[in-house]
Amino acid sequence: MGSGAPIPTGPGLCRDCGAAVPGDGAGRCAACGGRRVVRHPELGALAIAHMDCDAFYASIEKRDDPTLVDRPVIVGGGRRGVVAACCYLARLYGVRSAMPMFKALRACPHAVVVRPDMAKYATVGRAIRAMMLDVTPLVEPIALDEAFMDLSGTEAVNGGTPAATLARLAMRIEREVGITVSIGLSYNKFLAKVASDLDKPRGYSVVGQADAPAFLARQPVGLIWGVGPALRRRLAGDGVHLIGDLLPIGEREMAARYGAMGRRLFHFARGEDGRRVTPHDDPKSVSAETTFDGDVAAADELVRRLWPLCETVARRLKAKDLAAGGVVVKLKTADFRTVTRSRRLTDPTQIADVILEAARPLVERAADGTPYRLIGVGTDQLVDGLAADPPDLFDERRERRVAVDRAVDDLRARLGAGAVRLGRGLPR
Amino acid sequence: MKLTIERAALLRSLGHVQRVVERRNTIPILSNVLLKAKGDELALTATDMDLEIVETVAAEVARAGAATAPAHTLYDIVRKLPDGSQVEIDGGDGGMITLRSGRSQFKLGCLPVEDFPQMSGTDVSHSFTVAAGDLRTLIDRSRFAISTEETRYYLNGIYLHAAKARTGGSDIPVLRAVATDGHRLARVEMPLPAGAEGIPGVIVPRKTVGEIRNLIDEAASGIEVAMSETKIRFTLDGITLTSKLIDGTYPDYERVIPTGNDKILEVDAKAFAAAVDRVATISTEKSRAVKLSLDRGSVVLSATSPEAGSAQEEIEVSYDAGPLEIGFNSRYLLDITQQIEGDGARFAMADPASPTVVRDVADPSALYLLMPMRV
Repeated sequence: MGSGAPIPTGPGLCRDCGAAVPGDGAGRCAACGGRRVVRHPELGALAIAHMDCDAFYASIEKRDDPTLVDRPVIVGGGRRGVVAACCYLARLYGVRSAMPMFKALRACPHAVVVRPDMAKYATVGRAIRAMMLDVTPLVEPIALDEAFMDLSGTEAVNGGTPAATLARLAMRIEREVGITVSIGLSYNKFLAKVASDLDKPRGYSVVGQADAPAFLARQPVGLIWGVGPALRRRLAGDGVHLIGDLLPIGEREMAARYGAMGRRLFHFARGEDGRRVTPHDDPKSVSAETTFDGDVAAADELVRRLWPLCETVARRLKAKDLAAGGVVVKLKTADFRTVTRSRRLTDPTQIADVILEAARPLVERAADGTPYRLIGVGTDQLVDGLAADPPDLFDERRERRVAVDRAVDDLRARLGAGAVRLGRGLPR
Repeated sequence: MKLTIERAALLRSLGHVQRVVERRNTIPILSNVLLKAKGDELALTATDMDLEIVETVAAEVARAGAATAPAHTLYDIVRKLPDGSQVEIDGGDGGMITLRSGRSQFKLGCLPVEDFPQMSGTDVSHSFTVAAGDLRTLIDRSRFAISTEETRYYLNGIYLHAAKARTGGSDIPVLRAVATDGHRLARVEMPLPAGAEGIPGVIVPRKTVGEIRNLIDEAASGIEVAMSETKIRFTLDGITLTSKLIDGTYPDYERVIPTGNDKILEVDAKAFAAAVDRVATISTEKSRAVKLSLDRGSVVLSATSPEAGSAQEEIEVSYDAGPLEIGFNSRYLLDITQQIEGDGARFAMADPASPTVVRDVADPSALYLLMPMRV
């Protein structure tokens, strides 16, 4: 239990084997002798969970390179990059996600910086998601490494309470994927999300109906999702520091003071959140982008930078068995203006080369000398992968392209993603 | 310029010419119609620089002259005038034309007549006459397959050319229309009209095909076709449509038409089309795939969509070859079966990945090619 959590009483659950641990107070699991017993009076009744991987990218890198295990690891890249993720060791030195890299390295000069491998993280994320879907269809992903789950009514299928199922799921992820997760269990999404953060890493926190009001009252308002620095300053000006400070204020007054957010705060402060766990719809777009080390204005250089992104997008499309019906090019100018240009494809595609050829004229038109700091390529109007690159009566080049693409995919599948690189992807 | 004209005659002609005028124009003069009054005729001209239409209509000309006026506005005005009224058009000298009818009066801004682009004359190399009905058939049975893909611009029209059709051991000269978008192909032919021997193969742009098709229904008699290497001109009932041709090389379509497809399916075209249409209700909006599962004497049409569910219909057909599963875009299947006027459609297939040939059992003049889809 994290700070401020209630004293553990009530029915218990062994987090190492998922067995019920009867009796009150501390003690070991009778079944496996495990020490990690979680107790809560409402343990059997709660079914909404938030699961969050611990330092996801960094954990994966440590898993794949054991020499990193006891060293601070920062995942991120480039001079102008930011910290995409950092391990708990790095956090001890004050390194945080989204921190500019130079700042992070100033705080922790001996950190090992690893370039992010998004494809690898996505694969791991998908594997974890598949495991979540094994225990309930109601999985609402928030990010690659984070999702809400609703386990209501799954007791019979999973052969145990949601609490026990979650403990087993966490164990399975540790065993099969090799990284740890933290779980928050409660009766709504807001509290589940808050709970999962209480006991990180490898945590398991429970917030029930009975203890929620008292627990929340002690927490800072910044804990509430949507309360950023600006609103926090405003609330502080009004004398509100803790969530409990909100309780005396009526709903109307809250709405009058802080608008729609005020109404939300009113309910959140009382531990009320009516939002359901809804599995996301199919993706609407698949895209990839990159920020340059230095600004780029020349059309041919922009197109060259676009190529690896097209390959990434094509790989993601294939992974999801989708075909793109349209291509979108995104450029961000040195002064942070975003320019997008899009075009429909005649036939849906999964091929990087086809995406690049569609994107090329869009880039060339946008390349009027303006310096750009970022380029991205996206695909939308997604259809079933079966419809990708239909054979054409006259375009034999396309058939060859499809065949080459398949051969390259094949080699990569057998020998690794870096096994084959097309000439245009090589550095000059 | 000053003239009086019957509203009905003016409306009909404006209706024809205003279609050529693009709704959005970066060059202002292209939004206008050129009016030229001379003798006892009014000539109306509209152009988009690639396609020019000139129509001559009887009018009482009080003072010869010319003017340009916004085509769509003029058309809308005349359309709203009462039936049977007379329209007086006056001016063009002071930068305005005045249009009067009954108690209505409109003043419209003009642009200089000299700015109106004239399509340069054509050095006609060939000219011939086709019956309106024949040209209509040629267009109707091929235009649906015209591509809209910009990269292969040479597919954005109908390839019109002279060819030889082999029937019963002898070669008959024919006028052929071919259209394709890479997924399907239509090849339609008619006996070669006198004068069309040795015409160059030309690619007639999609917009031109649409315009001539619209005019055919009103054509009383034959349509005169004149061609050069770069332009084609259609003349009918006082209307002259002159169009640039697509400057490109049409692919060798004969090469892709298979001759050895031996799995023959014969269906009642209407019943088949209706069944395809029903089953396709379920197929996803974007793929429109329909699967044909063929076995002796029957075909099962089916479609599935992750969102909508599934559909299946069995129809009796004539089919003797071995079992075959093949998928098609239902819209393409319908486009083709709708062109088949006779009762029977014959599908000649090879395998689920090779082009299928579709023909009208009763009419050898049209041949369709359809690329299967993966299902």
